[in-house]
Amino acid sequence: MIEINQLSKKYKGAESFSVHNLDLRIREKEVFGILGPNGAGKTTLISMLSSLLKPTKGSFSINGLNYREHTQQLKQIIGIVPQEYALYPTLTAYENLRYFGSMYGLKGAHLKSKIHDHLEVLGLGPFADKKIKTFSGGMKRRINLIAGILHAPKVLFLDEPTVGVDVQSKNAIIDYLKELNKKGTTILYTSHHLNEAEHFCTRIAIIDLGSIICKGKPSALIDEHVDARNLEDVFLAKTGKALRDYA
Amino acid sequence: MHKLRASAYKEFLLLTRDPGGLAILFIMPLLLVITITVIQNATFKTLKQSKIPILLVDYDQGNVSASIRQNLAGSDQFEVVEEADETKAQELVGNGTYQLALVIPENLSRNLDLKVNRNVEGLLQKFGIEGENGPLSKSTPETKEVKLYFDPATQFSFRNSIKSGIDQMVSKIETQTIYRAFQKELTDDPSEEIFDTAPFIKFTEIIPGDTLEKNSIPNATQHNIPAWTLFAIFFIILPLSINMVKEKNLGTFVRLRTNPVSYVTVLGGKTVIFLSVALIQFALMLLVGVFLFPLIGLPRLEVEGRLPLLFLVAFFAGLAAVGLGLLLGTIAKSQEQSAPFGATFVVILAALGGVWVPVFAMPAFMQALSNLSPMNWGLNAFYNVFLRNVGITELFPDLALLFLFFLITTAISIIYNQRKNAV
Repeated sequence: MIEINQLSKKYKGAESFSVHNLDLRIREKEVFGILGPNGAGKTTLISMLSSLLKPTKGSFSINGLNYREHTQQLKQIIGIVPQEYALYPTLTAYENLRYFGSMYGLKGAHLKSKIHDHLEVLGLGPFADKKIKTFSGGMKRRINLIAGILHAPKVLFLDEPTVGVDVQSKNAIIDYLKELNKKGTTILYTSHHLNEAEHFCTRIAIIDLGSIICKGKPSALIDEHVDARNLEDVFLAKTGKALRDYA
Repeated sequence: MHKLRASAYKEFLLLTRDPGGLAILFIMPLLLVITITVIQNATFKTLKQSKIPILLVDYDQGNVSASIRQNLAGSDQFEVVEEADETKAQELVGNGTYQLALVIPENLSRNLDLKVNRNVEGLLQKFGIEGENGPLSKSTPETKEVKLYFDPATQFSFRNSIKSGIDQMVSKIETQTIYRAFQKELTDDPSEEIFDTAPFIKFTEIIPGDTLEKNSIPNATQHNIPAWTLFAIFFIILPLSINMVKEKNLGTFVRLRTNPVSYVTVLGGKTVIFLSVALIQFALMLLVGVFLFPLIGLPRLEVEGRLPLLFLVAFFAGLAAVGLGLLLGTIAKSQEQSAPFGATFVVILAALGGVWVPVFAMPAFMQALSNLSPMNWGLNAFYNVFLRNVGITELFPDLALLFLFFLITTAISIIYNQRKNAV
């Protein structure tokens, strides 16, 4: 379970909080979607939960492990799939995955078989020994995903895992994530693909200006809004139609 | 240990996947050391073996100018080219056609003879010996000035070397004139040898630690290989810091920060590989010095009996260089920051370390600063092995400083990373 209490982040020199007094409980084996317009604080929230950013105030714990006291243990049980590919372009898919797997303490035949299993399931088996720089965007996204789940994390953070990929790759990724969730992995996921989130998430929270403005099951949120036919309508009703440009 | 091994292997793969970069990493330092040694050796030969054309303007036309011409022509250094006009000579030197011109003034021989004869006769009269020329003339001969024109493009050290050589020659001629004057006054037989004019004081160059029988004078190679090898070893900070900045840009460093792996392990993997690169660079430099240099007419690098100590020094110098690279890579945010800073900083460290100008020739303030340059410690340690034939005990202070530098720079990198990225 993920417990977030009054979590806030204000960047140096910024006038306002990127995440402000955020409270959230995410249950075990849930697929929880964090949705919001650009600059709403989604990536900042995931970065804090992934130990990449220091919260300005507040705290959180994952499976009972407080981030301040158990940083290393916490890193061992979480998996992160960042928005960027975060792979070495001149190394092969296998070499990238072996390296990142090793950083979680995996080794030898066990690591090798895990890598090959994941590659096969995501349709990348024949490309194991090809360099990442020769891969398409969709292939890189799938390798990026495997790098975050090789060590079978209990909690998985995904920051827009399907951005910029074709429909086939998107389907493959979502199906695979559903499989992982069935096996017990809690998933916290951000996306701009509201249709995808509507069907993938068990619950969602829409955040704007660093605060949660609504949360619940996607179907319940749609039902709550009379004019809403889908999650996108709810999203626009809650966040408005004004453009969100930041520099 | 498993994570360290995996990190080192990843660094190895990243390096070997860029054959162009790898070739540059090994070939450029070799080109550097070959180029510098060839140039320095040629300069050395220019001063010692090849003849420099010198314009001689002789307004004297006497025995002194004849003697100067003879000495210049007989020396290994100069080739005399006669020129009748001082203004023309000045112009030819000014436009770089000739590097120098020597102008011997009118009546130099006559005035020198007059001065010497006057001094000799005055001295003999003190001993009650009457000179051949009767009472001394009261007028003092006018002092003469031998002019040296230099091409403005010639270096200060070259000008000093030439001035010193000409000065020695003129002094010798003056001394011989004095001997001749005494000879003339004291005997009628010009063949009679009153004075033994052979030089009494001689110089022998001996390197401490060598015997007189087996005196090995260090050559340009023995000086250049350590200095420029060290320079090349420190240049490792460029690819290393660029490697680290690239990881930040690729996002792989961010991923590593979310992994249960310490920054020490990440840096450890880089240290193992880049230190190995530095040692391979060093081995290649030695091979070039030992085998290639004699083939291209350069003095051979003498490494017999010194290899273990040389590699020990290279190991610690490499560690210091890697430490600096890790620090730069940790702090720099972009390649635009790390590359120019790294390159310039290495050149500054090399200058401070005495790679170009020996430390003893620097101003006192720079000498004090030079003590802070790891290249100075490394160069000193290399010279200790190559040129002073010392043992490991004498090397210890410099090696300890290099190791301490590695520890401090790495510690700063770790602390900086922790402060910047701690949650």
